Amino acid sequence: MEVRSMHFKARAGAAAADKALQAKLSTAKGLFVEGRKRAVAEIDLEATREASKAIRDTCLADLDVWLERFEQEATKRGGRVLWARDGAEICRLVVDIARRHGVKKAIKSKSMLSEEAGLNAALEAAGVEPVETDLGEYILQINGNEHPSHIIAPAIHKTKEEVAELFERVHHRPRKTDIGEMTREAREMLRAHFLSADMGISGGNFLVAETGSVALVTNEGNGRMVTTLPRVHVVITGVEKVIPTLEDLATLMRILPRSATGQTISNYFSVLTGTKRPGDTDGPEHHYFILVDNGRVGLVGSDFQDMLRCIRCAACMNHCPVYQTIGGHAYGWVYPGPMGAVLTPLYVGIENAIELPHAATLCNQCGVVCPVKIPLPDLMRKLREQQVERGLRPWGERAALRLWSWLARHPGLYALAAKLGVRYLNWLAEGEDRIRVMGIAPSWTAGRDFPAPEGRTFRELYKTNRRDR
Amino acid sequence: MKVGLFVTCLVDLMRPRIGFAALRLLEAAGCEVVVPASQTCCGQPAWNSGDRRAARLLAEKMIAEFEGCDYIVAPSGSCVGTIRTHYPELFADDAAWLERAAALGSRTYELADFLATVAKLDKLPGDFTGTVTYHDSCSGLRELGVKAQPRALLAKLPGVTLTEMNGAEECCGFGGTFSVKFGEISARLAEKKCENMRASGADAVVLGDLGCMLNIEGKLRRLGDERTQVLHIAEVLAGEA
Ligand code: SF4
Repeated sequence: MEVRSMHFKARAGAAAADKALQAKLSTAKGLFVEGRKRAVAEIDLEATREASKAIRDTCLADLDVWLERFEQEATKRGGRVLWARDGAEICRLVVDIARRHGVKKAIKSKSMLSEEAGLNAALEAAGVEPVETDLGEYILQINGNEHPSHIIAPAIHKTKEEVAELFERVHHRPRKTDIGEMTREAREMLRAHFLSADMGISGGNFLVAETGSVALVTNEGNGRMVTTLPRVHVVITGVEKVIPTLEDLATLMRILPRSATGQTISNYFSVLTGTKRPGDTDGPEHHYFILVDNGRVGLVGSDFQDMLRCIRCAACMNHCPVYQTIGGHAYGWVYPGPMGAVLTPLYVGIENAIELPHAATLCNQCGVVCPVKIPLPDLMRKLREQQVERGLRPWGERAALRLWSWLARHPGLYALAAKLGVRYLNWLAEGEDRIRVMGIAPSWTAGRDFPAPEGRTFRELYKTNRRDR
Repeated sequence: MKVGLFVTCLVDLMRPRIGFAALRLLEAAGCEVVVPASQTCCGQPAWNSGDRRAARLLAEKMIAEFEGCDYIVAPSGSCVGTIRTHYPELFADDAAWLERAAALGSRTYELADFLATVAKLDKLPGDFTGTVTYHDSCSGLRELGVKAQPRALLAKLPGVTLTEMNGAEECCGFGGTFSVKFGEISARLAEKKCENMRASGADAVVLGDLGCMLNIEGKLRRLGDERTQVLHIAEVLAGEA
């Protein structure tokens, strides 16, 4: 997918004023946040988070070992494991597979890696018709290949009315107003594709090393059809998704749906192992796994390894005040919200996403809900550090910070500067208790007043008071 | 009990009366309070901006100034969060400093936390009357676990009725330099906070951090609300509100 994270500031500013967008986000937020709260109350949350973190850390500590084990087990069961260094390699591999099996149409269930790679465009260019079958992704695809704005609810930025209008326009059927009816219409449209596709492409929530299986968590049932109806099934997922055992999978499944949608268990949960065997009624004849690096391997052993624990539940963005205000598109790449603010710079280059690690109040609402205890604000702070070390911050900001920190180490001069600063602010307040326009920080006073200081600094007053005593 | 009062740079600059209120409360709790004259800033802005070197120099200064005290108290959750949670990260590669940083951190408290859990202050000088709602600041709440302490203290004031607002634990949008770098988002978050506060019907919002205070008061006034007071917990408890 084209990287547009460098335009974050302008897009975020516009989105911040979009109250209609915020209304849509807040409905979903209510659902996800309240749902999660209820669902996590059913388990020993802290113990499960700790256990989940430990599982993910174990895999990452010996990632190569678990990946090799996975490859062996999957191969034993008829699968083929392929490795992709980046998005371009994903596209090449999938197109090759499609050619080899004479594929004309590929049905897809949700895969973020396919977004990273821009796979749909590559398939189309190779003469293969890609059809998104996740309802949200389908809506975006028929709306001119729009980008998702949330990792589990890709069309969260659309209202029911907008979708009704889109369906009427694209499906050429009378407009529906009921969500149930609209969904039924989409299913009818998709049914023919399900039955005529030669290839299914899915993501993978987890890869289980001991059995060579892929685990899929979905709510719409499309994932089952994508992975079992066509003769070829291609799983595309990041190398970090491997976990050692089915037992580990059970632990992670206690926390993933609860954190994501507030469900005790998702509507569908599939563990797919091997190709179709003699006597099986369904399943693919050819099973491929494309395991992708695209920046992940470089994070192993780095300051950012914690980020690889991510299980893509979206709790961080659902709870993020900034995401809830600007939505996902402003982030400019595949992953929005706090996890995106960390992942995007790491995957597309720190210099291409300068603003993202700063687009957070560091309130740590994300860190406390993350099911695998990723310290997201700490990671954003580390990215900020790297920007400073590489001289990527604007000149003015660096100079101001340097001057301020020098003053703060020279108390006499600092006291003087504070004294003058307070006088200056009071002068700006023009005798009122607030400053309405502040030339040195116009973006503050554009949206709110700045309260005026009392008049003298604490240290001035303390000196006088003590002398009085 | 010798307590070092870390006034914090924003209180020094903007609201000295909060510093004096804190002083009064600590004295009411029977502490011997010292206010090191050379104190400036804990280094939080540098740390959050990614300037590790500057943050470290300021942390060293802070540690040297305050390590002679039995306790260090500040009327700000985010400054205490910096000292307690982040100083050790700053000195991770320097055993001698790390020990000093950790020792200081373990004795550093947010004001309400200190008054409620360490000093166990029972008789408060404050006489505020009215309905208040408490805004949990992010660092205080999520780094230090300050939640019940300020509420317990407020409950000791007979004239105060506490009413909880929706989203009390949600960020007000300040975030230090975030408030200027992303002014539109910041102001929008402050607006949501103000809506929740006003819906609670409180006469005043009470809080424990200067950043939130400036942000919330600035937004309330811009929205034309001249009535709702924005008070630091120290002012309310010390009777200076
Ligand atoms: S960072 Fe944590 S909360 Fe966010 S999507 Fe990943 S696992 Fe979920």
